[in-house]
Amino acid sequence: MSAVSLKNIRKTYNDGKLVAVEDVSLSVEKGELFGIIGPDGAGKTSLFRILTTLLLPNGGSATVDGYDVIEDYKSIRNCVGYMPGKFSLYQDLTVEENLNFFATLFNTSIEENYDLIKEIYVQIAPFKDRRAGKLSGGMKQKLALCCALIHKPTVLFLDEPTTGVDSVSRKEFWEMLRRLKEQNITILVSTPYMDEAVLCDRIALIQSGKILSIDTPKKITEQYPGKLYSIRSANTHQLLGDLHSYDNTKSCFAFGESLHYTFKSEGPEETRALQNHLTVLRHEEVVINEIVPTIEDCFIHLMSNES
Amino acid sequence: MRTIKFLLQKEFKQIFRNKGLLPVLFIAPLIQLIILPLAADYEVKNISLAVVDHDHSSYSRKLVSKVGSSGYFKLAGYNESFSNMFGLLESDKADLVLEIPSGFEKTLVKEQKQKLFIAVNAINGVKAGLGGAYLSGIIRDYNSEIRAQWIHPAKFNPAPVIEVTSTNWYNPFMNYKLFMVPGILAVLITMVGGYMCALNIVKEKELGTIEQINVTPIKKAHFIIGKLLPFWIIGIFIFTVGLFGIGRLVYGIVPAGSMFLLYSFLSIYLVALLGFGLLISTFSETQQQAMSVAFFFVMIFMLMSGLFTPIDSMPGWAKTMANCNPVTYFIEVMRMIVMKGSGFVNIWFHFVVVILFAIGLNGWAMLNYRKTS
Repeated sequence: MSAVSLKNIRKTYNDGKLVAVEDVSLSVEKGELFGIIGPDGAGKTSLFRILTTLLLPNGGSATVDGYDVIEDYKSIRNCVGYMPGKFSLYQDLTVEENLNFFATLFNTSIEENYDLIKEIYVQIAPFKDRRAGKLSGGMKQKLALCCALIHKPTVLFLDEPTTGVDSVSRKEFWEMLRRLKEQNITILVSTPYMDEAVLCDRIALIQSGKILSIDTPKKITEQYPGKLYSIRSANTHQLLGDLHSYDNTKSCFAFGESLHYTFKSEGPEETRALQNHLTVLRHEEVVINEIVPTIEDCFIHLMSNES
Repeated sequence: MRTIKFLLQKEFKQIFRNKGLLPVLFIAPLIQLIILPLAADYEVKNISLAVVDHDHSSYSRKLVSKVGSSGYFKLAGYNESFSNMFGLLESDKADLVLEIPSGFEKTLVKEQKQKLFIAVNAINGVKAGLGGAYLSGIIRDYNSEIRAQWIHPAKFNPAPVIEVTSTNWYNPFMNYKLFMVPGILAVLITMVGGYMCALNIVKEKELGTIEQINVTPIKKAHFIIGKLLPFWIIGIFIFTVGLFGIGRLVYGIVPAGSMFLLYSFLSIYLVALLGFGLLISTFSETQQQAMSVAFFFVMIFMLMSGLFTPIDSMPGWAKTMANCNPVTYFIEVMRMIVMKGSGFVNIWFHFVVVILFAIGLNGWAMLNYRKTS
């Protein structure tokens, strides 16, 4: 039995005018670290709110830990941990008071499940008498994670836990998730950062409420059709314009300092032809390399396929 | 039980840590209770009177000095020209003009009757009405005085006179404070309880903390009790300080009736009131919305409760509205118990109404509060 399963879940707002989640089906195995990857407004939060029984779906069915999200919502509330995207603990209570309060709501105590949160809690313990509102962003995340874990949930929902957190804290946070996974807790995490996708066991790419692909990050990148090239030159801006008007261009996107490029028809001949074409156009320091596609490349590819 | 205890602890911690809210909650109502009754004084004093005296007789002077010594009037002008004195009325220096015609004394003695003219500036209706009435009263008094002088005591009194003697029950000295302070206290409790409760739950919505609460297995009723109980306790506390601290020490008001009855009513009333606050907060998304809606209702509650103006003198539709207003019943009960010492027999109907309000408002709010959207 899977820890979380969704079947044709559908959610609309404004009397059906705005479709947030469209026909989403997926299942997450027990003990899996599952990522839902998609840009802002893709429907990630709506999906999480449905699974945490905060939002009623307009159609379809879903279960969490075997319980139906509509029928057995009470049982779900007992066994899931939820960390909303927006910091939503009491800012005017101290770290310890917040933790104590949420432990009480779940009819447990800090002592009872201390070993689960210990590793995270020791990092914020020096500030336990500080009010939650006065903590730094990274500390707030850690406290929120502690509060979501305090009742030893079987499934943990983390909605964009790393949004607005510095890169060091982000790394630490993922490290913590790795260790939680070892405790056999199923973790669903959503993020708009594609680079975090590889840290998950499996991911679902989501866009405009629709699932584009569900698989392990490795398989998703392997499924990328054709070859991907990275092209650089001294003048990136000029290069982008020229490549877009080139006949054999299938797609071309700016990616940091370089451009990610695919051919309509490819081969060593075509690569050379492009190289020549660019030289004629007086591009200097042109470098064309074949590269391994990232999740973001796959996402862009799937997205353009969809439209 | 343990959950409710923790919820209460949390709420009180939050209230006492909010340094901006504390004075508003505890000190502001008490200051208002000290200040507001002074402003709600119905007695009109220092009415400016301009006198046009065409007669200059001993009778006319006697009348003027009698008016002056009543304590209600101060002489703004004394002159022979009506247009001069009317000018004072126009420039707002005088509220009333009293004109004594020439030959006032002569005609009064000879023909046994005489006419006086009073012009009243009626912009301020209360002042005009009372000023005119006071002045007429003094003139009536004056009239009977001079008649008494003329009639020889031995002679038979030709005109039968009905003399009216009245006693003022429950408030023998017509001390308006005795009437206003309990009423104002009732309104203040309503304001503090209604506003604070309405804002409290919306605040959790606005900050997003309610999301975190909603995914916990906490029961709806527990959560709501945890939200309402602190304000119920604070309401009782402020009421006690207001009634015994300010009412007794500052205004010398000693409640005549049973304290048990008064507090029983207060307890139920607060439940109804907090239900009202809760209802507003279930309908609002932001504190601003909740505040505006609460303000709208509290304003109506206050002005249509018979606090300042008697409900009996309102038009029919307004009377109906006043009867649908829980504050009306609380103010009535306050005045009845504090001033008259009414017992349960006299106010059982009020109890029934306020219990219905408590059940209705809280029930509606509970139905409307959902953990899932």
